[in-house]
Amino acid sequence: MNAVLQAHALGKSYGQRQALTDCTLEIPLGHVVGLVGPNGAGKTTLLKIACGMLAPTTGRIEVLGEPPAAGPAQLARVGYVAQDTPTYASLSVADHLKLGAKLNPRWDANLARARIDQLDLDPRQRAGKLSGGQRAQLALTVAVAKRPELLILDEPVASLDPLARRDFLRHLMESVAENDTSVILSSHLVSDLERVCDYLIVLVASRVLLTGETEDLLAQHHRIVCSRRQATDLPPELDVIWAEHTDRQSTFIVRSQTEVPAGYWSAQHLELEDLVLAYMESAADRGRRPTTHPTGDAR
Amino acid sequence: MISFHLDARSGIAPYLQIVGQVRQALLLGLLSEGDKLPTVKEVVAKVAINPNTVSKAYRELEHLGLAAAKPGVGTFITRSLGDASLAEHGPLQQELRTWLERARAAGLTEPGIDAMFQNTRRESATEEI
Repeated sequence: MNAVLQAHALGKSYGQRQALTDCTLEIPLGHVVGLVGPNGAGKTTLLKIACGMLAPTTGRIEVLGEPPAAGPAQLARVGYVAQDTPTYASLSVADHLKLGAKLNPRWDANLARARIDQLDLDPRQRAGKLSGGQRAQLALTVAVAKRPELLILDEPVASLDPLARRDFLRHLMESVAENDTSVILSSHLVSDLERVCDYLIVLVASRVLLTGETEDLLAQHHRIVCSRRQATDLPPELDVIWAEHTDRQSTFIVRSQTEVPAGYWSAQHLELEDLVLAYMESAADRGRRPTTHPTGDAR
Repeated sequence: MISFHLDARSGIAPYLQIVGQVRQALLLGLLSEGDKLPTVKEVVAKVAINPNTVSKAYRELEHLGLAAAKPGVGTFITRSLGDASLAEHGPLQQELRTWLERARAAGLTEPGIDAMFQNTRRESATEEI
């Protein structure tokens, strides 16, 4: 088993509304995976299916080689922190650790205590009295001390201020380095994920538009600026993701598996954020028309 | 011990930024042979980046013959690049100076020179990978 998550034609609908459509994915082990997409794209649905809290309507999924929540053993291998890093407001920090110890067979009490010390949290403090950043850190501590092989975090930093955000990600990366945990975390902001994720999934309007290792994606995409022309006038090996024209100039964002051939244009690499936005915008432009296939050769 | 910082807007791959900062620390004499580099865990706990990025940078340093990993102990600098090596690059600096004079004579402005230098450096950095 060398995939952390494998999904085939996965779909989920709530009545008429399609929350996830034809999602086919294979995420290799040992990555920090960023799941990006606008609000309402289906990120939470996908994550909830992955941890077994929701059953898919169609398709199949395996997490660490087994169906999600297949049994106590599988549950112990996957950690999940829901949106807004929930904690029990009336329970103290120490109570949270006690609860974690009782509920998780692989609980690492030393690690949990050490992290609480490091964070300078008072064990007697009730979670309801903690700041947003501290609550997020407490939720992360409980999830990490469970010693999962895969940690799933739904928008963990969305509600945090920049300092708490950075702190949270530092602790998350430290724990990844220490325990070799695979991580999937979602965000609607690419800037949150840019430095921590080495694998990216772009989900827009219930469909996966792009997946791959961040570095490969950055290497494969270019912004081409040239005199005004049609996308069809570009070399065929360039897959046009996004285009914009003025009366005399055209700008394209293209994907290509090889170097961009020389020509009467300037070709530059993109930042991750611009790359992701190009996919999101072109999906929005296409409106409700279904996209092509899930690895993102969207045209 | 040195610490790393990353510039998201530089257009240079993060692992290459780390390699560059080690090289620079060697040139400045902040690091020399036998010094231990911070562990992957120490680096990521400080700068919140993916651990694989740091591992990749350290592998690259090994590949360049600047550092060596001792399993279970850490990664150590194996070569010093002190003042001597900066002096070795004197001729390079002279070439750059000549080039700058030619660029100015050709009518390039200072921002134009910066842009050309940075674009070319970025292109040749991506070609190397």
